[in-house]
Formats: sequence, C-alpha cells, structure tokens
Amino acid sequence: MELLAAGSKWSSLPDFIFNGLSLGAIYAVVAVALVVIFKATTLINFAQGELAMLGAFFVYVLNIEQGLWLWLSIVLAMAITAGLGALVERTLTRPFDPADHLPVVLITLGLFLIINAVAGDIWNYQVRRVNDPFGKFPGWVPFWGGDRFIEVFDSRLRYQTIGIWITVIGMLVGLSMLLNKTRAGLAFRAVSSNTESARLVGVNTGRTLGFGWALASAMGTLGAALVAPTLGGVNPNMMATILIYGLAGAALGGLDSIGGAVLGGVLVGIIQSVVVSWLGVVVLEQHYMSILQLAAAFLVILIVLMFRPSGLFGTRKIERV
Amino acid sequence: MSDVMLKVEDLNASYGAVSVLRGVSLQVPTGQVGVVLGANGAGKTTTLRAICNMCNTSGTVELDGEDILKTATAEIVRKGVGHVPQGRGTFPELSVMDNLLVGAYTRKDNEIRDDIGRWFEIFPRLEERRTQLAGSLSGGEQQMLAVARALMCRPKLLLLDEPSLGLAPLIIEDLFERFAALNKETGLTMLVVEQNANLALEMADYGYVIESGEITLEGPAEQLKNDPAVQEAYLGA
Repeated sequence: MELLAAGSKWSSLPDFIFNGLSLGAIYAVVAVALVVIFKATTLINFAQGELAMLGAFFVYVLNIEQGLWLWLSIVLAMAITAGLGALVERTLTRPFDPADHLPVVLITLGLFLIINAVAGDIWNYQVRRVNDPFGKFPGWVPFWGGDRFIEVFDSRLRYQTIGIWITVIGMLVGLSMLLNKTRAGLAFRAVSSNTESARLVGVNTGRTLGFGWALASAMGTLGAALVAPTLGGVNPNMMATILIYGLAGAALGGLDSIGGAVLGGVLVGIIQSVVVSWLGVVVLEQHYMSILQLAAAFLVILIVLMFRPSGLFGTRKIERV
Repeated sequence: MSDVMLKVEDLNASYGAVSVLRGVSLQVPTGQVGVVLGANGAGKTTTLRAICNMCNTSGTVELDGEDILKTATAEIVRKGVGHVPQGRGTFPELSVMDNLLVGAYTRKDNEIRDDIGRWFEIFPRLEERRTQLAGSLSGGEQQMLAVARALMCRPKLLLLDEPSLGLAPLIIEDLFERFAALNKETGLTMLVVEQNANLALEMADYGYVIESGEITLEGPAEQLKNDPAVQEAYLGA
C-alpha cells in the first residue's frame, strides 16, 4: 500500500524503462560482438571494449576535429577498427595454440590496458563532447519533427532511445544477412561449428577468424559511437563498465547465441535501470544501491552461471562417445 | 590423370615430440579403392591426417603426380582431396543444406545445386532432413552427410576415416554398399582406414595392415582376406 500511495514513484517508472531499453541496446551490441568472437574461438576478448572506445575517438577526430559528416565518420571509424581487429587477430592471437586459452585471454587483457593507456596519453582523460546522431527528430518526421522526445505516460521517450534501437536493429539485420546469405558468413559459421572440418572443406580458418574479429570490432565501434552522446562525450574509460554489462548480457544469453546476447543485453539494461535504479533507489529509497549497479551485473552473471551454466539460450555441450 | 592417384613414400608423422608414423609407404591407383587396416592407436587416422598435412610430416606425398607434402590443408582440398574425418566431422550447428553448401566452398561453378540434387538421390534421407541441423541427425545419417559433404568439393580422391565407427551393423553394410557403388559408377579413387576388415576388404582392391605406425603387411584385398595373420587379428577367425 505504501508503494501505491507514492504515486510519483510509479509515474517515473516509464522513464526508467526507456532508460533501461536504451542502455540495454548498447549492452546488446557489445554482447553480440563478444559472442561473435566467442562462437568462433571460445574466447572472451577483453580488449573488445577498448577497441570500441578507440573507434569512438576516431569518430570524434573525424567528425569534430576534421569536420566530416557524422555518419560518414562512424562508418569510417568502423572500417578502421575492423582493420585493427583483424590485425590484432593476425599478430597477437593466431600465433598461439587455439586450444590453450590462458595466453590469449591474458593477451586481450594486456591489450585492454595498453589501448586504454595509449588513448589516455593521446587524448587525456577528460570527457570530450561529441555530436549526437539522434539529438532531435529530423524535420520530416510528422508531429515530433525538431523535438527531442515523445511524451508517453507523462514520461519522455527520447529520440536518442528510438534512434539507437533503429540502428541496433539495422545492425542485427545486416549481421544476420552477412552470416546467413554470404559465402564469408557460411565459412564463419562453419569455423564456429567445427574448425577442423572447416579446414577440410578448404576454408582458410585464419582468414575467417580475422573476419570475425573485424566484424566484432566494427560492431563495437558502432555501439561506442551510439553510447558516447549519452555519457556526455568520449573518454578513454567510457567502455570499461559497459564491457562488464555487455559480458553479463552475453553470459545471460548463453555466450554462443547471438539472439540470446541481444535479449541478455536488454535484460541487463532493464535490470540495471528498473530493478536497481527505480525499485532500489527511487521506490525503496535505498540510495546506496546506485553505487551497486555494477555489482548487480556481476550478481546476474553469478546467478545465471550457477543455475544454467550454458545461459538462457546457449547450447549445452553434449558429447557422444 | 596419372595412373597413380595417391603415392605415399617413406612418410613420417609426429605430433610435437611424439612420432606416430615411421616410414609408411602406400599407393592407390586411380579409380581403385585402397584400405588401411589396423587396431586402435596403430596410426590409421594419422596416416590420413598426414596426407592432408594436418600434423608434422616428412617423406613424400604425391597427389596425381604432384607433391603436396608441404601444401596447406585448405589448398590440398582445392587440389581434389575429400576427407571424411573420424567421428563424422559434420557441422552440428549448421543445417544439412548448409553443410553441403560449405562442402562446395572451394567451387565457383554454377553446378553446385545440381550436385546437391545428385547426392540427395543417393542419400534420400538427407533430402528429407535438409532443413534440420546436422547435430540432430542419427549417427548413420551424419556419416552419410559427412560423405556427401566431402563429395561436394568434387574430389579426385576420397579419404574415409573409420566410417563404420559407432554405427549398427546393418547401417554399416548399407553404407559400404553405397561406397562401392560410388567407386564403380564414378570411378572415384578412395582410401579407407578401418578396423572393420570384413567389409573394407570386400570393397577394396588392395590393402595394407598398419601396426605401431609401420606397414607390416600388404597385398591385394583377396589375398589379405585369406591371410591367416589378418584373419586372426581383424576378421575374428
């Protein structure tokens, strides 16, 4: 009854749902990028977020410093980080035995630190403002042209949230077409399913893994470019916590399922915003909860892995003897 | 085409420091079926893997007169070797159709769909299940899929690694009849490694016995079938 009495608390719920959806879309992108590499190599690439951060800085340089059109800057930055991702795969991971995970995971962790330090050295750690691709509805949109948000239940559904979702859905459709309708995608799925047999049908497995890294890096950059305006701009630490939330989303979805990663990422966003921020802080007034958001993400990983080690949609490994 | 499709001479193979094959020599004449018999751990699988350069090798491996000892595995497939690895080697998360399409990965011609239709005629069960994931097929169906997939690259030489492993006797018999028919109708050269000597020798022209990484006995299939040592070790006589 106490909850119902606090009407203003209820009226703020849609705001938190929209915020959770917006965060969740970004986590979904990061989770999908992690899953793409995991499917092919059964490795978690801890440098994924930092490559994406670097991509967001490329967007900053191209768009703000060089004055290129924002979307062109994003596409160029995606292409550059795709090349970097493939380069990392070729030079830092391929020389190692793929069956021995520890060295490669340590390399990606090291890369995390190196990229972060290099970016900090070049651009320092201050937040640099960026342009928002989804600041105001474009003029041709009926009713809301020029507005920043739509009012729903007295809450603000921002153009930013809608735009991020449209972009993410577009990216997922593109990814699905690439994986299911092209020769390179078929090769990638084959390598993910059975690397040795892929070699036995003539697939160049090294090049295919490079393709996977390039794909994941480009997607990460898109995610970072979308999230940067919501953080007030770019800075070298922008992706560190987002990577953790993305990882939680990927674990929740099952690490080897792209659809699961999308749903897992969105769920983590909703949990963070609705369960922790709205229920915990606003409704129950447990203000310390706001600093425990990251802990909540870990809690999600922990609970999922305890009860369903293969996640919500992951394949359970069955060995036939 | 040369008279000898596969010529292996003095082949040594190792995984790291562990030497598995020592001086293996064998040949498969074009259009014939060769068989390598041996117990578990004798080096049968390694023989096929060494031919495809999937382990450290030295010696001679010639495909249709061309040296392929140091050629990359994917390139050897391009040159016309279809390899059905032990334990099927299908792509469990891909549909039957996608398994066949990826089998034709090295091809750029426009007869891929025709070939799929052709293997569907020979293995009708695969056509019934073409949208199913390969991992959901029975063991026998997976073996058929693995063979059809290897045939999709239009090989000159088909390597079969213990196709009978883990299958029921009736299914094995059916499978070997199809292999024999394939060899007769298309003239496809095959090298089969098997523990199941009976059926393998039935289909083969020439056979070898491998023990501890060395060829200890060889001869025409008819002769091996009647060899007392082979009978005792592999035919359960």
